[in-house]
Amino acid sequence: MYLKAILLFPLIGILLLSLIRSYRISSFLNTLFSFLSFASSLLLLVKRESAGLFFVVDELNIVFILLTNFVGFTTALFSQHYIAHEIKTGHISAVSLRFYHGMYQSLLFGMNLALCSNNIGLMWVAIEIATLSTVLMVGIYRTAEALEASWKYFILGGVGIALALFGTFLFYISARPAIGEGLSAMAWTNLLSHASNLDTSLLNIAFVFILLGYGTKAGLFPLHAWLPDAHAEGPTPISAVLSGLLLNVALYAILRFKMLLAANPHALQAGPLLMSMGLASVLFAALMLYKRRDIKRLFAYSSIEHMGIIAFAFGIGGALANFAGLLHMSMHSLTKSAIFFAIGYISQIKRTQKIADLSGLTASHPVLGWGLVFGVLAIAGLPPMGVFMSEFLVLSSAFAKAPLLAALLACGLIIAFGALLLKLVQVAFGEPKGTSTVVPSLYLPMLSHFLLILIAGIYIPPHVVEWFKHTSLLLK
Amino acid sequence: MNHNLYFDITHMLAGSMLLVSFVLLYQDRMFSLLNVYTVHALVLVAAAAWQGFVQQAPHLYATAVIALVFKAIAIPLTLRWLIVKLAIHREIEKVVGSGISVIAGFFLTALSITVMMKASGGTDPMTREDLSFALAVVLIGLLMMAGRRNAISQVVGFMSMENGLILAAVGAKGMPLVVEISVAFSVLVALIVIGIFLFRIRERFDVVDIRGLEKSGGER
Repeated sequence: MYLKAILLFPLIGILLLSLIRSYRISSFLNTLFSFLSFASSLLLLVKRESAGLFFVVDELNIVFILLTNFVGFTTALFSQHYIAHEIKTGHISAVSLRFYHGMYQSLLFGMNLALCSNNIGLMWVAIEIATLSTVLMVGIYRTAEALEASWKYFILGGVGIALALFGTFLFYISARPAIGEGLSAMAWTNLLSHASNLDTSLLNIAFVFILLGYGTKAGLFPLHAWLPDAHAEGPTPISAVLSGLLLNVALYAILRFKMLLAANPHALQAGPLLMSMGLASVLFAALMLYKRRDIKRLFAYSSIEHMGIIAFAFGIGGALANFAGLLHMSMHSLTKSAIFFAIGYISQIKRTQKIADLSGLTASHPVLGWGLVFGVLAIAGLPPMGVFMSEFLVLSSAFAKAPLLAALLACGLIIAFGALLLKLVQVAFGEPKGTSTVVPSLYLPMLSHFLLILIAGIYIPPHVVEWFKHTSLLLK
Repeated sequence: MNHNLYFDITHMLAGSMLLVSFVLLYQDRMFSLLNVYTVHALVLVAAAAWQGFVQQAPHLYATAVIALVFKAIAIPLTLRWLIVKLAIHREIEKVVGSGISVIAGFFLTALSITVMMKASGGTDPMTREDLSFALAVVLIGLLMMAGRRNAISQVVGFMSMENGLILAAVGAKGMPLVVEISVAFSVLVALIVIGIFLFRIRERFDVVDIRGLEKSGGER
């Protein structure tokens, strides 16, 4: 029942919000619907149904569902004030606003559907819905740059999604002899229980397609080209959910398929593939960070880096590394979206996203400035925040299994740390520059994320640890 | 009819689709590109209907009808209308020349046949050949998207890739959700077509050439 609720609320939201003209009412309703989805996802923790042919809720996806709906809700709250200013300045027209809110709910619907679907075809359709919603939202400002970003995202995302679909077909074909024709051969739980009977050679090639397809969506190197543009040119709430949530959903899809491969003793080892893509993403993104002049692009590259770390962690496998991967994913989502919340207001206040034109934020806007400092230090991996904890766990499990690769990863992390700090000093300290507009802002979403990552860095409650441990054992 | 004939017709339809993909590769006029794409879609319609008959699966007829209405009629007509309206029916500028892209297409076909034949050794021959042809069509669609500068021909490349995917889906026996997937894809394509118009690339840049977009792009 609660499972239906997390799908139903966004659906009603899409219909209702595309009709309402007043931005006050529609942005409030957007937050309300996101909150209702979040509340139902909390209830899902208490009581969940057993797996059917279409839907499944298990230890693995509940982590993702909860995180998605929480960040979805806080971002809606942030977007309420952000959008109010965009309407006032005329960046977004009344028609675009209806469209924006409708698409926001459709993105949440797509992500929730992808996370809880047990059918690999349905999962693909859901990820397509989520992708299309974001493509349309990235282009919403209609500037030349936004159109370019949106077109690039669409074409590359379309190619990715096509490859993933081909991979999905191949999974079905490999399962058909063992499970039989029809829907049951597309149900993930059935695939897992028959994993050792699946056609191995088809399974291997299918996974390569899945990895390339969903890997494009997850922004892994060298398939990341759409990501920085899409983050920089769209509205900031969209950058927050893109980085914080949609990349996770794509990675989740890869993990589901990886579990099928892991359950078949003769199949390809998915780990090394994920590890090499992850490591390449970390090193590439870390070096690219230095040359960035646009602050949203900077953090978009940082998202590539962190997706790399997460892919690397899941690639190593084993209980500790999977635990670290899950933890890092949650911490990255919370931290990165909070950073985007801060940047959203900052770019509205200063009317620019150029790093060179931003300076002395801690002096001129203490809450936002110090918030950004806290966020950047957290994402760079400084203790005692949560990201430090998870990065430490990733590194230590990597040193145990592949010391050479772990050393490379550590190099990447340090290079990225340096770049972020360099940019941070420029933006946060020194003489305040440029104009300041008064912007309606709400710091609660940002501060609540910061509180969570701080708590997670210092003390994780034992039953959360138990829960994550259980999940990481599931992952193999 | 005997089993061989079933097999041969399936084979012929998949093969024709690949052939039409090659024809798409060297088109250098907008309208002829659209005409060839219409043929591509019609071959898909025939392939889906034929599979519906062979597998005795009525839902594949629905897939065929959807493909006919959307891909063979609605989308080419809309694109044609767009081309006339935007006055862009001149030659298509290519990044890669026709000869080279056809040769690259041969290599991609050889690659997909080698890979898929080997990987799908355990399945029946019909699925195996269908899959290798479908993969070749998908890869040639990709090649076309990479080799064209023009937004409309990128869309045509995308749609031919998508036809390859549907070909793979109808060939996989008992594959559920084929109808749903083809609907989802058609919606997707309809969205792009509207998108081209809505985003008014031409209005911004005076050309539908995506080079206009690239120039305006900031740092990468």
